[in-house]
Amino acid sequence: MKQFDYVRPATVAEAVAAAAQPGAVYLAAGTNLLDLMKGNISRPDLLVDVTHLDGLDGIERLADGSLRIGALVSNADLAHDAEFAKAYPAVAEALLSGASAQLRNAATVGGNLLQRTRCAYFYDTASRCNKREPGSGCDARDGENRTHAVLGWSESCIATHPSDFCVPLVALDAIVEIEGKNGRREIALDELHRLPGNTPERESALEPGDLIVAVRLPPAARGFAPHARYLKVRERTSYAFAIVSAAAALRVENGKIAEARLALGGVAAKPWRARAAEEVLSGSAPTADAFQEAASCALADAKPSGDNSYKIELARRIVVRALTLAAAGTPARIPALPASPFASTSGAMHA
Amino acid sequence: MPELNLTSAPAHLRHGSSIGQPLTRRDGVLKVKGQATYAADNHPPGMLFAVMAVSSIAHGRVTSLDVAAAKRHPGVVDVMTPDHKPQLAIDPEIKTNPFVFRMEVLQSNEVRYANQPIAVVIAETLEAATEGALLLAPRYEVLPALVGLDAGESFVPPVVGVGNPAENTHGDVEAGLASADKKIEVTYETPPQYHNAMEPHAIVAAWDGDRLQIDMPTQGLMLSLARVAELFGIAPDKIHIRSPFLGGGFGSKGLMAGPPVLGIMAAKLVGKPVKLVLRREQMYGPVGHRAPTRQRLRIGTDAEGRLTALDHHARTVSSTFDDFYEPAADASHTLYVAPAIRTSHDAVRVNTGTPLFMRAPGEATGSIALESAIDEMAWACGMDPLAFRLKNYAEVEPITGKPFSSKALRACYDQGAARFGWAKRPLQPRQMRDDDGLLVGWGVGTATFPALMFQAEARAAIRRDGTGAMEIGAHDMGQGAWTALAQIAADAVGLDIDRVTFKAGTSDLPDAGIAGGSAHTATAGAAIHSAGAAVIAKLADLATNDERSPLFGAGNAGVIARDGKLIRRDDESRSESYTEILARAGVAEVEARGTGAPNPAAMEEYAMHAHGAVFAEVKVDPELGQIRVSRMVGAFAAGRIVNPHLVKSQLFGGMIWGMSFALHEEAITDRRSGRIMNANLGEYHIPVNADVPPLDVITVEEHDPHVNALGIKGVGEIGITGSAGAVANAVWHATGVRVRRFPIRIEELLAQR
Repeated sequence: MKQFDYVRPATVAEAVAAAAQPGAVYLAAGTNLLDLMKGNISRPDLLVDVTHLDGLDGIERLADGSLRIGALVSNADLAHDAEFAKAYPAVAEALLSGASAQLRNAATVGGNLLQRTRCAYFYDTASRCNKREPGSGCDARDGENRTHAVLGWSESCIATHPSDFCVPLVALDAIVEIEGKNGRREIALDELHRLPGNTPERESALEPGDLIVAVRLPPAARGFAPHARYLKVRERTSYAFAIVSAAAALRVENGKIAEARLALGGVAAKPWRARAAEEVLSGSAPTADAFQEAASCALADAKPSGDNSYKIELARRIVVRALTLAAAGTPARIPALPASPFASTSGAMHA
Repeated sequence: MPELNLTSAPAHLRHGSSIGQPLTRRDGVLKVKGQATYAADNHPPGMLFAVMAVSSIAHGRVTSLDVAAAKRHPGVVDVMTPDHKPQLAIDPEIKTNPFVFRMEVLQSNEVRYANQPIAVVIAETLEAATEGALLLAPRYEVLPALVGLDAGESFVPPVVGVGNPAENTHGDVEAGLASADKKIEVTYETPPQYHNAMEPHAIVAAWDGDRLQIDMPTQGLMLSLARVAELFGIAPDKIHIRSPFLGGGFGSKGLMAGPPVLGIMAAKLVGKPVKLVLRREQMYGPVGHRAPTRQRLRIGTDAEGRLTALDHHARTVSSTFDDFYEPAADASHTLYVAPAIRTSHDAVRVNTGTPLFMRAPGEATGSIALESAIDEMAWACGMDPLAFRLKNYAEVEPITGKPFSSKALRACYDQGAARFGWAKRPLQPRQMRDDDGLLVGWGVGTATFPALMFQAEARAAIRRDGTGAMEIGAHDMGQGAWTALAQIAADAVGLDIDRVTFKAGTSDLPDAGIAGGSAHTATAGAAIHSAGAAVIAKLADLATNDERSPLFGAGNAGVIARDGKLIRRDDESRSESYTEILARAGVAEVEARGTGAPNPAAMEEYAMHAHGAVFAEVKVDPELGQIRVSRMVGAFAAGRIVNPHLVKSQLFGGMIWGMSFALHEEAITDRRSGRIMNANLGEYHIPVNADVPPLDVITVEEHDPHVNALGIKGVGEIGITGSAGAVANAVWHATGVRVRRFPIRIEELLAQR
């Protein structure tokens, strides 16, 4: 491996100062970064290990009803926090559908948000990739691309963002708290990840040195708890990224949908919030027709980027199913096979 | 490596026959405690680390390597390239016997496939060697890559598999099809697959003058020894290979591949011990794989559903520089009776590492296509797929007309179907749903694998202290050879298993043959059995020729060995312990050798195969197309079962692999570059625990007097056959959609709903 420096800052301010240097990257659990380094995809000069920073591993309920999740909380600890799972069941289900138990024990909240795409051409350093090497071209565009993006892609890049966790978070209007060179700021999660356009190498709104310190769920996010699901179609039952996934959350009042939230995963370079589809559902009864219409609306702008037109139809069906499951009500316990179409299969053991 | 001591576990103390007992692995505790020494666990003093640089192109030449940059990196000791390497004694391109495959050991700058080794960096640390390999920054002259089953002009290979004719004909297929009442013609495709043993290929090589110590996982100690000896021009007795444990092999560690040879060369170059371990992605190239196939089946039946013709053609690929042809169509030789059967193969050459044996080579690929097509034919006849298979049950081997040495397949069908509940299966597809509205389907597949034997030798001894020893250079790939062969050894010398020192896994022991072809237990077991009989005969000579012995005059044939005693067969009150016999004779031990080998006369007379029937239930989401296997039952008849516990594990593993074949596994090759795009265990999908349903294995009683003295047929590979087809057929039965490309993908089930 390339030799690199390693620092373990004592404070967030020290961390930000260290990571603002050229060639520096943050190291949290490293479940993605270390693979990238071993594969020579990332060649940082300096690792800024944030795992020993104080105060970033708490889950706290704020006075206004928000929930603040420290960036170093592990995916497993968050998903298994009973209060959290009760208030934000779709988020917990999404977390438990991701990766493997071992990875979830290590991976952090902040790291999950910033994980890189799983596009094989990004990982294969002999391939052209505009994200890895700006201006080199995109070998995925005419390559093996049946799992690539169908929304928001460009000729420069057809990669997807692989996170499960981000999908319900973006549906619930999560806010990202960032510490940077100029102090603390916050942005909507929906604005954190960027679509590729002509600059796929710029994946997020973060500036050099920016450190995600927390993710906040606003007070309204709790209101969806009785009707919130995450659904993920994948090619094996566990330890696989989504072909397509969806988070659906409804606020049902007097038999009508007062408010709907819908986001898709595995379809674009960012977790894809389907606002127009939400509008369609708002005020309507939770019927199959309404869900179909919402699904069509959510995928109205979709187009295949390669050998993947099936993903558009699959996404429509997943939207309908996720909405149907959400309307039926959040189950009392997270299923043994979280987010799986086989979630209800009896006798299944935890994935 | 500490001496293995597998003889004292009290849990194994028992009396009576060891064969047939469900012992747990005798090496299990070592493995659970991390004390089993695998090749890469060895660290001789002064050892350096070697890392291969591999080609990122599939075809062309390396035009430059920045050796200076690599050497400047701190810790790098040397860089082995085509211009700077120890000379081999023979050209590695020469095939000195049919089990020698061509390898890349830096003999030229030519690149013939992606991930081919092009240099080796040797350094004081793994990290330095890894970075040194990157700093080589190779430049290439790139030639167009040949990729896929249509890469070029096809040709008929001289042989397929191991010496099988590419074409086999019995009867008149065209006439059979012309006269058929119903016929189908279907084409199936299977993808390239890689062995992906959990333990990567690894070697620790240390030269001491002209002596060579090697730690390396191998399924073939003696073949490896012979190949190393000829490549380095040293006598075999100067080489010592230790391979006590393999973390899986599946065929990829059967024959000497290039990377371990590079490790030995590197050790020679730097004059120090060297360790070379392949990275996971480097296993997708130089160490073999299962070639892709495209199989066309034409099948005809008469009005009663009897086959009139079976025509099975398989297209496959080999490398541009060597020959191995997946004998997929040969799966049609043995299972279904038909007046006309033709199997044929053709191939194209592509820029790939040479394909190789991979668990059930030919049978696995051929079985999924044949079992699917047979199902299609049954459906065309309006028949239950099991009834159709029984209607076309082969009483003699169809392609040769030979009787079977034994064949309990009917019992497999019966017992499997009963356990599974097959009788309730609706004929029409897409008829069953579970309580959650998921589609449910049931499928069956017939399993088959030849009962092979290779050559082996064993050495047995009985000592004056009443203990025994059995030595054979056998291989434990995880299948349990340390246990099953020790059970055979215990019975062979008439001692409790814990009174027999069983030695295996090193090249200084008698040749156990190769652990492949599902033949290791049979072959090594036969040698052990015969060595045991020989040593008992010597002991009996001592006793029966000594008038002081209660066995005097009993004659060899009149004595049996049990519990450390020789007992007069016709009068069990007359016996004498091994200790007494040897003490009186004044010898420390008696020793004898025995061999195991195929019996040509029996092979001439009989067709020898293991059989099985696998039943699978799948659930499919009707809208989303995701598939989940929910239940599998496999009933297998494989002759004598030496250890039911280990056999069950082998069959479970095979059945899971069959499921993997149908639903998960595929190496995705970029059609332009020829590079494999999912060369890691995150993206090359195999089933995870959550995919594996309750599995039920039935071992059907079968006595085979012909295959070998012990009646063992072997279970290493049969589990994958039948299982893959059963799952594929269940998917059809659930959905009504027949997918003819594997693995079955979600999009193919979305098209129709």
